[in-house]
Amino acid sequence: MIEVSNLTKKYGDHVAVDDITFTVTDGEVFAFLGPNGAGKTTTVKMLTTLLRPTAGVIKLDGIDPVLEPELARRQFGIVFQDPSLDDDLTAWENMDLHGVLYDVPDVLRTQRCEELLKFVDLWDRKDSVIKEFSGGMKRRLEIARGLLHEPKILFLDEPTTGLDPQTRNLLWDRLQELNKTKGMTIFLTTHYMEEADRMADRIAIMDEGKIIAAGTPEELKKQTNTEFLEDAFLALTGKTIRDEGAGSSDRARVMGQRMGRR
Amino acid sequence: MKEPAPPIERGSWVSGWEEDSAINDMKKIYYLWLRQIKKYLRSRARMIGTLAQPIIFLVMFGYGFGGALGNGGGNYLDYLAPGIIGMSIIFTAIFTGIEVIWDRQFGFLKETLVAPMSRTDVMIGRTAGGATVATIQGTIVLLISTFFGFQPVSWAAVVPAIFIMFLIALIFSSIGTIIGSFLDDMQAFSLIMNFLVMPLFFLSGALFQLQGLPDWLTFVSRIDPLTYGVDALRVLLANIGHHDLGLGVDTLVLVGMALAFSLLGGYFFEKIQV
Repeated sequence: MIEVSNLTKKYGDHVAVDDITFTVTDGEVFAFLGPNGAGKTTTVKMLTTLLRPTAGVIKLDGIDPVLEPELARRQFGIVFQDPSLDDDLTAWENMDLHGVLYDVPDVLRTQRCEELLKFVDLWDRKDSVIKEFSGGMKRRLEIARGLLHEPKILFLDEPTTGLDPQTRNLLWDRLQELNKTKGMTIFLTTHYMEEADRMADRIAIMDEGKIIAAGTPEELKKQTNTEFLEDAFLALTGKTIRDEGAGSSDRARVMGQRMGRR
Repeated sequence: MKEPAPPIERGSWVSGWEEDSAINDMKKIYYLWLRQIKKYLRSRARMIGTLAQPIIFLVMFGYGFGGALGNGGGNYLDYLAPGIIGMSIIFTAIFTGIEVIWDRQFGFLKETLVAPMSRTDVMIGRTAGGATVATIQGTIVLLISTFFGFQPVSWAAVVPAIFIMFLIALIFSSIGTIIGSFLDDMQAFSLIMNFLVMPLFFLSGALFQLQGLPDWLTFVSRIDPLTYGVDALRVLLANIGHHDLGLGVDTLVLVGMALAFSLLGGYFFEKIQV
């Protein structure tokens, strides 16, 4: 369903995504796990026609988003990491506009908007403009909007960041149901181990633009001799906090660690 | 959580709706158009702000400048009012185009850029919406100018005048979109106002007849779309044209420029990366 080979994105000298290759099969839940600045969002942006890759090939259900962006956009839906609502419109209007843009037929659109607004507990605020919403409410609406049309591939870029535990659990259940009953392929990025462990069939761990490990949660734990995915993650990526552009000493250290393990 | 009926196969309406796609495309454009209108109507501060400026100009120039010319201000108002209408349109239209930057900063731009529609359609919806807003604004200014004593030669001429207003609005809304596609923050906004919008406004002859300009400034005023817009409005509303071209040429130039700038706007909008 998603095939990516030798994908690279450079900003000048900075390599944000460095020659990554992976495949997501039809109906799979695939998680990109990695610290801040690992290149997860950049990858998602390239997959969803928002950024042009510097090199490499992407196929979404056989369609190249660089060559046929319009057709590619018909294959997926996306929940962005950062806000993408219109602040001057109401919750309902944001939902409704999304439904129209994604060709959801009228009757179904109305049904779904109602059902999803109730799902994220915003039904009684449906006629309020987004300006008046708190950060958490905006995030919930963003999620509801992402679930409105049911695409072949759903991208979720750190969907649960800023969500309360209740909504997070609801969302996980919902996503799993969509995956099981509709066979929706789900691609999510996260830095919550628990989320990846619970949701994903397979995980790729990304660090400094590279995929440094991939496999099922069990495989990753076995590979690193750890009991929890969190430990596996830390074993693979090291314990220092990352900025968007990590220093060279940091990079050297990680390299050394990786070599030592091999 | 229960799924609502009817049961739907995965992605079924993605392909199932293709036969109606022309209708759907129109509907998407309409919704994006409507969004601009709603945003305008909800932003009282913006509406009052953009109406205050033409009123100030009408007062300052209509009374002050007109008095200085010594003809009691009456004739000068006939000259001035179409210019002020043009001014309010160019300011509003450029602003609605530049809103792309705003949408980029607040994130909504991404939502439209990944939607299953062509970016040209996204741009058409936005630009048409912005142009409609600017046209409404221009019409309101026309009404306001009647309180200052301006009388259109005939009310029937107001209809083609509104069409001319829409053409001006379309051109500058597209120019705004082009600028917005290049810039990613509002810092450059005052630069654009001072180095693009104000010169275009003054060189259009909106406030006074341009005489004795150096050649290069005459050239700039001749490629300034607002020159033709204001002239056409003057012919229609006050029955005075200040240059040799006439209404036919004005209209043709405006239509041509509207097409050219829309296409250019579409081209640059297509290239946006977020």
